[in-house]
Amino acid sequence: MHLELFTVLIFGGAVIAGLLGALTGLGGGVVLVPLLTVLFHVDIRYAIGASLVSVIATSSGAAAAYVREGFSSVRIGMFLEMATTVGAIFGAFLAGRVPTRALAMIFGVVLIYSAWLSWQQSRRKQEVDHPESPWSDRLRLSGSYPDGCGGEQHYKVDRITAGFATMFGAGTLSGLLGIGSGAVKVLAMDQVMRIPFKVSTTTSNFMIGVTAAASAGIYLHRGYVDPGLAFPVMLGVLIGSLVGAKYLVRAQVSLLRTIFTLVILALGVEMIVNGWVGKL
Amino acid sequence: MTGQRKFDDQRMEYIMGRLLQAGVMLASVVVLVGGILYVRDHAAAPMNYRIFVSEPAFLRHPGQLFRHLAAGDGAAIVQFGILLLIATPIARVVFAVIGFAIEHDRLYVAVSVFVLMVLMVSLLYLS
Repeated sequence: MHLELFTVLIFGGAVIAGLLGALTGLGGGVVLVPLLTVLFHVDIRYAIGASLVSVIATSSGAAAAYVREGFSSVRIGMFLEMATTVGAIFGAFLAGRVPTRALAMIFGVVLIYSAWLSWQQSRRKQEVDHPESPWSDRLRLSGSYPDGCGGEQHYKVDRITAGFATMFGAGTLSGLLGIGSGAVKVLAMDQVMRIPFKVSTTTSNFMIGVTAAASAGIYLHRGYVDPGLAFPVMLGVLIGSLVGAKYLVRAQVSLLRTIFTLVILALGVEMIVNGWVGKL
Repeated sequence: MTGQRKFDDQRMEYIMGRLLQAGVMLASVVVLVGGILYVRDHAAAPMNYRIFVSEPAFLRHPGQLFRHLAAGDGAAIVQFGILLLIATPIARVVFAVIGFAIEHDRLYVAVSVFVLMVLMVSLLYLS
């Protein structure tokens, strides 16, 4: 395939990945890596390098939109970034030592897990009162967010150590697979630390760029970032995600979520099978 | 208060958001220019990403990158744009250090400095 055609096709695929990632809240990287490896037969290391770059672009590009809402918490974000950045460096270190077949299979498992989380999210229960850690105030993690009626809703966090450990795992996955691992970050904040969902998702988005930046230097140094691939991927995912974020309010999210869940489930199975038989 | 807006977490977040947006805009423009030059230079060349070959050294080390940048090499310009992109979230952490210092929040100045140091460890890997 010639460069012009390849670039145009990659760009188109990246726009769709960014669009789907934004509409479902899972991020573009999770669709991009299987798209590049399964469909375009790109070596998974190049795919991971390009994906990581696009992850930084989308997280940073979407930041302003979330900031206006006033949901995200700089303190919770920065506190947990201590865990995600160290995890990301650890993950990038592992990526150079894990065989590509194993990488593909781990990616497949993460995809299936994301599909499951996405499906769960569409049928989540109403928030109830929960216990809170005395450290929530001492570490100044407690905060408030607009309740939509002009007032402020206060919250405290719980199980800080467990949340911190889960965040280390999210960072490791991000560094290992070149994804934002937003699904795991939201899980750590929303399910483990009992931070309100809106605060969790927007803070997660804020954190993704910093986490990805922690491993990007290592990937660049190793030569995983190819300019010919990173260029259409970064711009495509960025455009797709910005358009996706704009139409998020109007879109039929439940139907989209179902379709997307099935797509990443299929991609996950495909990645595992390909890794198993050694096609990647 | 002389009409000056109070500096609090919300204000800090707003400035951070704008900072990130500006960084991504700048990086995107550089990557777009470099990408167009790259495609023009390598037009009609067959593509093969199936086999992993690490990128040439000049694309992996900033020092050598800048020499190729001056020569208008498309690949080097894309890589420079990517460096700008990586610098964007790092700038946000630097700003957090300053912001928390203005708020006299020593705990979070320390937290932000820690995150900044981790990022620096990763970047030092580059040189």
